[in-house]
Amino acid sequence: MSNPSTGSMKTTYIVYGAILAIAVIQIVAAIAMGPSLGRMLILAAIQAYLAVMFFMHLRDEKSTLRLALIPGTIFVLVMMNMIWADSFRLISLRPFAK
Amino acid sequence: MSEANLVLDHVEEHGAGVMEQSPFAIPSSKLVMWLFIISDACTFGAILFAYGYIRNSAADWPLVFESASIWNSLLMTAILVSTSLTVLFALKAAQSNDRAGAFRWTMITAAGGVLFTLLHLREWMGLIHEGVRLFQNPWGAPMFGACFFSITGLHMAHVMGGVIALVVVGLGYRSGKYATRHVEIWSLYWHFVDLVWMFVVPLVYLLNMKR
Repeated sequence: MSNPSTGSMKTTYIVYGAILAIAVIQIVAAIAMGPSLGRMLILAAIQAYLAVMFFMHLRDEKSTLRLALIPGTIFVLVMMNMIWADSFRLISLRPFAK
Repeated sequence: MSEANLVLDHVEEHGAGVMEQSPFAIPSSKLVMWLFIISDACTFGAILFAYGYIRNSAADWPLVFESASIWNSLLMTAILVSTSLTVLFALKAAQSNDRAGAFRWTMITAAGGVLFTLLHLREWMGLIHEGVRLFQNPWGAPMFGACFFSITGLHMAHVMGGVIALVVVGLGYRSGKYATRHVEIWSLYWHFVDLVWMFVVPLVYLLNMKR
């Protein structure tokens, strides 16, 4: 069970700094090199991982809770990707293949 | 405390009958918050995917955000991430039975949430002033406004909901009405709001900045 009072606040400060640093890197990189969807999603996923594990203390919970929460959520989000083929089709308004 | 109250407290704490243990060794109220968070993550995921679909299928999607808006989004990120830190301070104080400290940090977090919302509303007003409406704008694909206002509006509603909850829990914790676990549960919610913003900035702001 989580108990941040026993955890190190030093870790919290490091995670806080890391999340902010990633936010700055993301914006500077987008301005300098143009926004890249893949790069931005990877950086956002790293930020989210740090927030969930260290700020929300999921790493301190039982592994069964992590297994109950994370794979199911990722599965649902991955399954939403099935929309892309149709959205690309709409750019040129091609009819469905027969 | 009477025996009946002890039983009720146990049931509330563990979310099951007195003979059954909590499956994840956490209070049921905390488990409910986790379940809410993953369902809300899927809601935000769905709305971001819908935005991606609309953006992808529009040939003339407008790239509207000037560098001022981009730096404003970084400032908003800094504020929101900092409030994640202050809500952790509130939780730490609550776990040390420091009611005044927990109240103070909770209110500071809520104030950060209000500041974030004000900055976001300023961004909204700027766009509205430039002619962006839900289904029209001066630059291109008419659905830009609907996507921008729905995603950021849903997030802002979460922020304001969190602000209200933090104020209620902070006041209740100071008066002894609420326990440490209530501060912990709402700190989880607040971190989630922060987490969602980490995806909104790149997908909504950075992807639509002027090049």
